[in-house]
Amino acid sequence: MTKAKPTAWSLGLAVLIVFPLIVTNPAWTSIGVLTLMFMACTTSWNMFSGYSGYVSLGSAIFFGSGAYTMALVSTHAHMAGGAALFWLIPVAGLVAMVIAVPVGAIALRVRRHTFVVITIALFFVFQLLAINASFTGGAAGIYIPLINWGASYYNVPFYYVALGMVIFATLLSAAVRRSRFGLQLLAIRDDEDRALGLGVRVTAVKLTGFVMSAFTLGMAGGLYCMLQGQIYPQFVFDPTFDITVALMAFLGGFGTLLGPLLGGLILEASQQYLTESFSNGSLYLILFGVLFLLVILFMPQGIVVAVSQWWNGRAQRRELAATTDPAAVGANT
Amino acid sequence: MPALLEAKDVTRSFGGVHALAGCSLSVDKGSITGLIGPNGSGKTTMFNVMTGYVKPEKGTISFNGNDVTNARPDKIFALGVGRTFQLTRIFARISVIENMLVATQRDESWLRGLTRSKSSKSELDAAMEWLDFVGLSRLASLQAGSLSYGQRKLLELAYVLVADPDVILLDEPAGGVNLTLINEISEKILALNKGGKTFLIVEHNMEFVMKICDKVTVMHQGCDLVTGTPAEVRADPAVLDAYLGSSDDELEEEEVND
Repeated sequence: MTKAKPTAWSLGLAVLIVFPLIVTNPAWTSIGVLTLMFMACTTSWNMFSGYSGYVSLGSAIFFGSGAYTMALVSTHAHMAGGAALFWLIPVAGLVAMVIAVPVGAIALRVRRHTFVVITIALFFVFQLLAINASFTGGAAGIYIPLINWGASYYNVPFYYVALGMVIFATLLSAAVRRSRFGLQLLAIRDDEDRALGLGVRVTAVKLTGFVMSAFTLGMAGGLYCMLQGQIYPQFVFDPTFDITVALMAFLGGFGTLLGPLLGGLILEASQQYLTESFSNGSLYLILFGVLFLLVILFMPQGIVVAVSQWWNGRAQRRELAATTDPAAVGANT
Repeated sequence: MPALLEAKDVTRSFGGVHALAGCSLSVDKGSITGLIGPNGSGKTTMFNVMTGYVKPEKGTISFNGNDVTNARPDKIFALGVGRTFQLTRIFARISVIENMLVATQRDESWLRGLTRSKSSKSELDAAMEWLDFVGLSRLASLQAGSLSYGQRKLLELAYVLVADPDVILLDEPAGGVNLTLINEISEKILALNKGGKTFLIVEHNMEFVMKICDKVTVMHQGCDLVTGTPAEVRADPAVLDAYLGSSDDELEEEEVND
């Protein structure tokens, strides 16, 4: 088991690395880019919301801010379309973090369900701002400098940058889980007042987690803007983004490391595939509805937790069988 | 003996209810002080005020000579005041040992928490040592939510102790616990007290209080009624009056048994 885990992780990574080398159809690589982007976003969201239990439905605030950073900086600085724009991605992440400070300071004044509602309200404030402010170009959106890469090659650089983001977000999330800070987030999830009485600076810890998780979300927004070449307020400040990210984490396994990656992979890839395969672009919504009902009914803690419980239960049953039935010993070895 | 933790004329109301109406309480260094009184007399509110969970309207709280009247719970804990809750509170979805680790550093900057691992070797050792002290070390890797009620009480005591506070406030340590465990808990408290720890204990179990406390304060309707040794308190007619007519008649029984 100790060796199986790193092997599985490196195998998964290897598959993701070679994917665009084998599958060259732009329709497929485009699905790959968006899937990786959502995997990174969900992992980053989970690093705060999954660990602390504070479910944020305002992640599009940071995604949208990152997208607008990319659009505004690249157009105002008259940058040429091309790989140089990738340098703006970390800038987009940093801007999202700066915005997350006041947003978090307001939203984290309240707890649990009220927090969810406040994040939704703040999200709509940002969406309205993007639609109505003059510097955002309003509802007409912004076109960023055109990137002249051939259609067959266009997605590949985006794919690897998005993969880099997934790796970054996963490593960061794993590091947080192992740190004292991560333990404090988990303590806050289980009993915030008790944690406070054991010396945990809950306000500072929550705000730090919230701001940290905005970084990758902002970077993803920057990448998305660059990929699309243009942005509109309703597409980057999109309420379905808020919900999708949260649902991906719940499907895969809220608060686990692998869960958000799996949830993002399954949901985004299947959504993109269904949208492209059927003329009715909203069919996926019905299928997703059914899927979520099934998950909530049968695996309320998500796929990862359900599978690992099943796996452990199976191992225990085998052990039990082995101790009670001598014939089973031979069968198992 | 000098007072280590002291509340002076504390007032606090909730709506129209005066939970505390000018209550004073002092806990001497090295003592085991009991805080008793009928249900609703303000004992838990007093605990909450003393540990920063509830802000007093009037009055002052001091610890070790410092004024901590409006300090936050984490600050008060950092100074060296640990507490347990009446309804046991543990971190249910992390392991027993991780529960302990949450409390190992009582005064560490939150920024430091970002850059260091969950535990150092010495913290882990200390955590295991205290788990051993309460007899839970073999359950260290178990999820804390799977512990029984009694085990949760012991875990709560252990993780307050691991931070090495100077004074420990226990809210009904014997509540809902079987007799064997009550004796075990009182032995642990006495052993820790010998080692220099100061205790303030809220408890309804009179036998428990009379056995281990050096000094007892009786609260009634948000005020401190009587303070004295267990024998003095027991003989005080005002105390009997306060208890008579309330649902809590354990003290009466004590008298009858005597």
